[in-house]
Amino acid sequence: MKLSRKAVLVMTEGDVEDMAEIAPSNSLGREGLRRIKRNPLAVVGGSVILFFILVAIFAPLLAPFDPRSTAWFDQIRPTLIPGPSGAHWFGLDAAGRDELSRIIYGARASLVIGVLSLLIGAFIGAMIGLLAGAFGGWVDSLVMRITDIMLSVPGLLLALSIAAVIGQSQTSIIVAVAVPNIPLFARLLRGSMLGERQKDYVASAESVGVRRRSLVMRHVFPNSLAPMLVQASLALSTAIIDASALSFLGLGSADPGVAEWGRMLTDTTRYLRVAPHLAIFPGVAIMITALGFNLFGEAVREALDPKLRR
Amino acid sequence: MVKFIVRRLLLLIPILFGLSLLLFIWVRALPGGPATALLGEKATPARIAEVNKSYGFDRPVLTQYLTYMKKVIHLDFGQSIALRRDVTDEILRRFPATISLAAAAMLFAVGIGVPLGLMAARRERTWFDFTAVTASLVGVSIPVFFLAQILKYIFALKFSLLPTIGRLTTTRHLEVHTRIEVIDSIIAWDGGALWDSIKHLILPGIALGTIPLAIIARITRASVLEVLNEDYVRTARAKGLRTRAISRGHVLRNALLPIVTVIGLQTGLLLSGAVLTEQVFTWNGMGSLLADGVIKKDYPVIQGGVMFLAVVFVLVNLLVDVLYAVIDPRIRVS
Repeated sequence: MKLSRKAVLVMTEGDVEDMAEIAPSNSLGREGLRRIKRNPLAVVGGSVILFFILVAIFAPLLAPFDPRSTAWFDQIRPTLIPGPSGAHWFGLDAAGRDELSRIIYGARASLVIGVLSLLIGAFIGAMIGLLAGAFGGWVDSLVMRITDIMLSVPGLLLALSIAAVIGQSQTSIIVAVAVPNIPLFARLLRGSMLGERQKDYVASAESVGVRRRSLVMRHVFPNSLAPMLVQASLALSTAIIDASALSFLGLGSADPGVAEWGRMLTDTTRYLRVAPHLAIFPGVAIMITALGFNLFGEAVREALDPKLRR
Repeated sequence: MVKFIVRRLLLLIPILFGLSLLLFIWVRALPGGPATALLGEKATPARIAEVNKSYGFDRPVLTQYLTYMKKVIHLDFGQSIALRRDVTDEILRRFPATISLAAAAMLFAVGIGVPLGLMAARRERTWFDFTAVTASLVGVSIPVFFLAQILKYIFALKFSLLPTIGRLTTTRHLEVHTRIEVIDSIIAWDGGALWDSIKHLILPGIALGTIPLAIIARITRASVLEVLNEDYVRTARAKGLRTRAISRGHVLRNALLPIVTVIGLQTGLLLSGAVLTEQVFTWNGMGSLLADGVIKKDYPVIQGGVMFLAVVFVLVNLLVDVLYAVIDPRIRVS
C-alpha cells in the first residue's frame, strides 16, 4: 500500500488523469450505477417499480373509495357486473366493490408479499452460503447436499406444499415463496465466494496475517455480492408472480375483504363471461409489475456482469 | 456412459430419502399435528384421537417414518384422505394427462421459440430483434393463470372456437389404452376423436408454453450470437461456405448445447408445474391433483405427488445430461 502511494506522489497530474482513464478508480457499485442510469431498459423498469411503490404507499389518498365497501351491490346481477364507467374507472367486482380501489390497495399486499419473501429467502440463503463458503469442509458438503434436495423439487411445487402445511394466510405465502429462494442464494453466494477465494488479493491478505473472520467478512464477502444482487432483482418478478399464483390457488388470507391481485383473479374465474374486466385489471397489474422488475433486473445484470459490458 | 447413468440414478436415493424426511417432519412439526389440520381448529379431542389412531399419527415419529418408507419402497404412497383411493393409482391415472399437456406446450414453445431466437440473432440490432427481445421479456412476465383466462375468454367464450374444459368432448367415447387421448385415438383409428383431443390441447398448450417459449427464444438468440462471433465461423465464411451450410454445420451445432439444457429444464418444470394451467382448464392431471390435495390438506397426496414429481424432474434432467453427450462428443470423454 505504502509503495503505491509513493508512486502516485511521484507521478505528474497528467499521469494520474491517464491512469483514471485506463482504470477508473470508481468502485464496481458506482460504475454499475452509472451504467444503470444510462440504460433505457433500467429507466423504464425503474419508473414502473417506482410508480407501483408510490401507489402502494399513498393508496389511501389515491383510492377513490374504500376497497372493502360493498355500497354498489344493488347494481350487481348474476348476468351483469358493471364494467368501467365514469364513476368507477375499472368497474365493479362481483361483491359490488370498486375495482380501481381494490387494485390500488392490492399493490400494497402484492408488493409487500413479494419483496418480503424475496428478502427473507435471500437473507437466509446468503447466511447459509456464507457459512459454507467461509468454512468449507463438512459444513460445505452438508449445505450442498441439503440444497441439492431442495432444488430437486421445482420452486412452485415446494412453495405449494409449504403453504399447504401452514394454512391459509399471507404469512404462509411469504414463507412459502421465501423457502425455494434459500438454496438458490446459498449456492450462488457460496459459488462466488469460492471463486473469489482463489484470487491473489486473498492470498496476499492471508500472507500478511489477516484473520479468517475479517478476511471473509471484509474482503471475500463484499466482493462476492454482485451476482446476488443480479439474482435478487430478477427473482423479485418471480416472487411476485409466484405469490399471486399461490393466492390464486386459494392459499392467501382467509379474509375475503383483503385486496390482493392474485386473489382477485381467482374470484373472477366464475364471472369470466359476464365480467372480463375483472380478470384483465388485476392480471395486467401483476404483469406490468413483474415486467418492471424484469427490465430493471436485466439492466442490473448488464451493468454488473463484466462479460456483457460493451 | 452406462456407468455415468447408473451413478446418477444411485444419486436419486439420497435425494428421495432426504426429501421424504423433510416432507415428513414438516407435516408433523405443525402445532396440533396433522389431525388438527385435517379436522379444523374446532375438532373435539375425541375425534382428533380417533383420526390419530386410524392414520397412526399417535405412534412415535420415527416408527411412523419407517413404516411410511417401507411402503414407499414398494411404491405405495398410502390412501388419499379426500378421494379414498390409493395415491399411487391416482398418480398413474393422472400423469398421462400432464404428459400430453406438457408435450403440447413444449411443441409450441420449441416450434416457435427456436426459429424466433435464430431469426433475432441473425438480424441483431434491427427492429425485428428488438421486438423479439422485448416480447420475450413480456412473455416471462405474464402470470400463467392470467394468460390462461384471457385465452379462454377470447377463443372460447367470445368466439366459441375452441373447447376449454377437459381433454375430450364428454359425449365422445374412446377406448382407454395409454390415457393420452391423442395416442389412444390413433390406436382406435378415430380421426374425429384425434381432432377433438387436439382441439382440447390448443389453448392449455399455448398458455403453458408461453413462458418456456420466451425463455427458449432468448437462450437461442444469445447462444447463436455467441457462436456467430467465434473464429471458426469467420473462417468458414472466409473460405466461401454458403450461409446455409454455415448455419447448419457450424452455428446451430455449437449453439445447441445451452438450448437443449433449457428445453430439458423447462420440460421438467412443465411436467411438474402445470398446477395453474390445469386448474383454469379443468385438466385432470397431476397439477390439479396436487392443487386439490393442498386445498383439502390431503397429506398422503401431497407427499406422494411431490415425491413422484421430484423423481420425474430429476430423471428428465438426467436425460438432458445424456443428450449432452450425444450432441457434444467432447463431454463423452470426460
